[in-house]
Amino acid sequence: MKKRLSLISAFALSSVLFLAQAASALAAEEVNIYSYRQPFLIEPMLEDFEKQTGVKVNVVFAKKGLEERIEREGKFSPADVVLTSDMISLFDLMDRKLVQPVNSKTINDNTPIHLRDPNNQWFALTLRVRNIYSSKRSDKPVDINYEDLASAQYKGKICTRSGKHPYNIGLVASMIAHKGEAETKKWLEGVKKNLARRPQGNDRAQVKAIKEGVCDVSLGNSYYFGKMLENKDQKAWADAVYINFPNQKNFGSHVNISGMVMAKYAPHKDNALKLMEYLSSEKAQTIYARDNMEYPVNPKVSVSGTVASWGKFKADPLPISDIAANRIKAQRLLDEVKFDL
Amino acid sequence: MNHHLPWYWRAGSWLLALLLFTPVISLVVEALVPAGELFDHLWRTVLPTYIINSVLLILGVGLLGAMLAIPAAWVMANTDIPGKAQLQWLLVLPLAMPSYVIAYIYTDLLEFAGPVQRLLRAITGWESAADYAFPEIRSLGGAIIILALVLYPYLYLLSRTAFLEQSRSQILASRLLGCSPLQSFFRITLPMARPAIITGLALMGMEALGDFATVSYFSVPTLTTAVYDTWLGYGNLSAAAKISAMMLLVVMLLISTEKYSRRRQQLYQKNTGQEQREFVQLSGWRKWLALGWCWLLVTLGFLLPSLILVDYLITHFSTSWNSELFEYSLNSLMVSGSAAVVACFIALFLGVYQRLKSNTLAKIPARLVSTGYALPGNVLAIGVLIPLTLSDNVINELLITWNQAPVGLIFSGSVITLVFAYVVRFSAVAVGSVESSLGKVSPSLDMASRTLGCNPQEMVRRIHIPLIRKGLLAGLLLVFIESMKELPATLLLRPFNFETLATRVFQYVSDEQLEYAAPAALVLVLVGLVPLIMLNRSLERQELRQEQK
Repeated sequence: MKKRLSLISAFALSSVLFLAQAASALAAEEVNIYSYRQPFLIEPMLEDFEKQTGVKVNVVFAKKGLEERIEREGKFSPADVVLTSDMISLFDLMDRKLVQPVNSKTINDNTPIHLRDPNNQWFALTLRVRNIYSSKRSDKPVDINYEDLASAQYKGKICTRSGKHPYNIGLVASMIAHKGEAETKKWLEGVKKNLARRPQGNDRAQVKAIKEGVCDVSLGNSYYFGKMLENKDQKAWADAVYINFPNQKNFGSHVNISGMVMAKYAPHKDNALKLMEYLSSEKAQTIYARDNMEYPVNPKVSVSGTVASWGKFKADPLPISDIAANRIKAQRLLDEVKFDL
Repeated sequence: MNHHLPWYWRAGSWLLALLLFTPVISLVVEALVPAGELFDHLWRTVLPTYIINSVLLILGVGLLGAMLAIPAAWVMANTDIPGKAQLQWLLVLPLAMPSYVIAYIYTDLLEFAGPVQRLLRAITGWESAADYAFPEIRSLGGAIIILALVLYPYLYLLSRTAFLEQSRSQILASRLLGCSPLQSFFRITLPMARPAIITGLALMGMEALGDFATVSYFSVPTLTTAVYDTWLGYGNLSAAAKISAMMLLVVMLLISTEKYSRRRQQLYQKNTGQEQREFVQLSGWRKWLALGWCWLLVTLGFLLPSLILVDYLITHFSTSWNSELFEYSLNSLMVSGSAAVVACFIALFLGVYQRLKSNTLAKIPARLVSTGYALPGNVLAIGVLIPLTLSDNVINELLITWNQAPVGLIFSGSVITLVFAYVVRFSAVAVGSVESSLGKVSPSLDMASRTLGCNPQEMVRRIHIPLIRKGLLAGLLLVFIESMKELPATLLLRPFNFETLATRVFQYVSDEQLEYAAPAALVLVLVGLVPLIMLNRSLERQELRQEQK
């Protein structure tokens, strides 16, 4: 008993020391990132940035809820830069007024005007198309549109991830922007009727399902196609489908963005600026394009060979802010038609 | 009986309880803020389905869990089937399996492209998914099975202990009075173990209600998902808090069922001191059934998933091995260990308080502390953020007013948040464990010790702690394991550059590539094994002592 007690108190002491040490780990020349983008993707860039500038990068990775955390932390929040993987969280940060304008000629030169905020509050880093994948068991569809997914020819043939995923919310929001709420609702009801199974899994899992014969078409972001081709376990899935760019004859394919903002109370503004400029630079953009097969925003950087092989496409020219403005409406519609249930 | 406790005991109990209750209070306050018409919208559209799914999940997990655990517990307590020494602890091991890992593994195994269906197709000549019907693992039923498989050990442990503690004389008496073995099981054994069984079921129910990782992996929308979606999707905290309040209500209901079920029961251990522990002799098909049942549980809940993890590890070793594994393990160990020690200290403190002050008011602190268990990790994260960021802000503002440099987010920005979150979430487990052990210490011991001149502190030290050591240890180990596996709160609340085994594993699970995190998943399971085996040892020693009596 005595021995166990002393063991426990020794443990308690060491934990206190550990906690204290962890709390004071933050160094002087540093920049703090709250990131929705996954570690394996941004770590190569961050390491390069550290080497180049000597600024230490600290990161919190999360899947959701960072807006709430920053808001609660208030003006003592340590966050300098927030990296998002879609427009939804980018505009949530804007609406909650958790960002500040960044006036940098470098970033503005690196980023086309329609891919950044007119007031310099948010900046896109990469583009991702919401594609329609279709099975090679049939011919490659000519001029497929998002609207077609509601038509009778696809009854029981569609797979998708949760409607509530930001990528799908983005698409629904853009449909609302183009067609209005009533028509979008009808469209969603039609798509739901055509689903082969309850929405589940991620975008890759849908392509896998096409290969398995569970369904014939699916929604998925562009870069997954390239990533699957690279993965020896998943290449067979990608080989079973065509990648299609929808709505080429009308408003163009829906394009989502990954982006960055500077946090309103950023304690290391200078370093944050350095980091943001770096991320828009050719070097970082090349890593985005090469390693994750995304479309870089920097016009001086070209897409990877694989991505180039899919050909050019017409992107929806609607301003991103117009699409993002419909994101709550989109979620409500998804609930109303019980898309995921 | 009412004892005079020093003032600080009462003050400390209430203070601790209120401190741990702040996240819940914060949510309740949020829930009172009008949520606009969003709540109505949800109520009209998806909320009923969410509620039904949650209720079905709780009932299903409870029912299946009871079917799995109670027979196994009885067999382990009352028979000496071959291999019992090993089975005894093997049966506890599924508790070390994080539900998101096992959910992933079974999906991999049972889905269309998995080996089971491949084999089926190879045998039958079916070709595509349209040719045959195979139960979908990613469903409510699948979630029930997975959760029951990893949660049944709670019930198994509690009911096994209860069966062990039962005096044989009552069963012998019932047999003498003409009951068949089955009759005496249903009339004596089961009713006497009821408090333990109901506690176990309530624990499982709360875990199932709070589960986020499994249901989200299986795309089964429940109240937990609803809270998440409402809070983070719609950005409406107050509607989310309203849904959390509904969940809290469910848990309160579960807790009070448990209390109500034993309202008129005062069972104290009464060993005559002359009993011989006699095992029921199983033979023939009975023996094989018992053996088969226990091994089935062990295989499905632990052995098979572990083997698959090892297979992942071997196949993907070169790409998945990561030198930072040691750091993640240390992080997990330290945070979970601290939480376990703190939770047990609190459980002891409050448990003793409510025992010695036997009025209704004194029971409140322990109940307040237990409500945190009702909060799913992601809800808890909001609840924890609110008071901690608030106090951080107050501290910094004060420092500025006093012309001092602000210190930053000392609570919410450090690992303290995680420890606090785990303690809020899991101290109910420690409290429950300490309470039920204390409940079995006959009050006559208290009276005797006081008569012999002990003051209350001395009594706790010399009588209670030694007697409930086992319960305390069980609480410590369970809180530790649960904290190791905890996910949603850890994901959201962790400080900079802080990765634990669980966050590492989940990152790959959510990317559907657990194979690449196999080392971390295995370490997570292995680290959970150590305390489980310790826990079981201490229970076994008790059994041995009883046999020797």
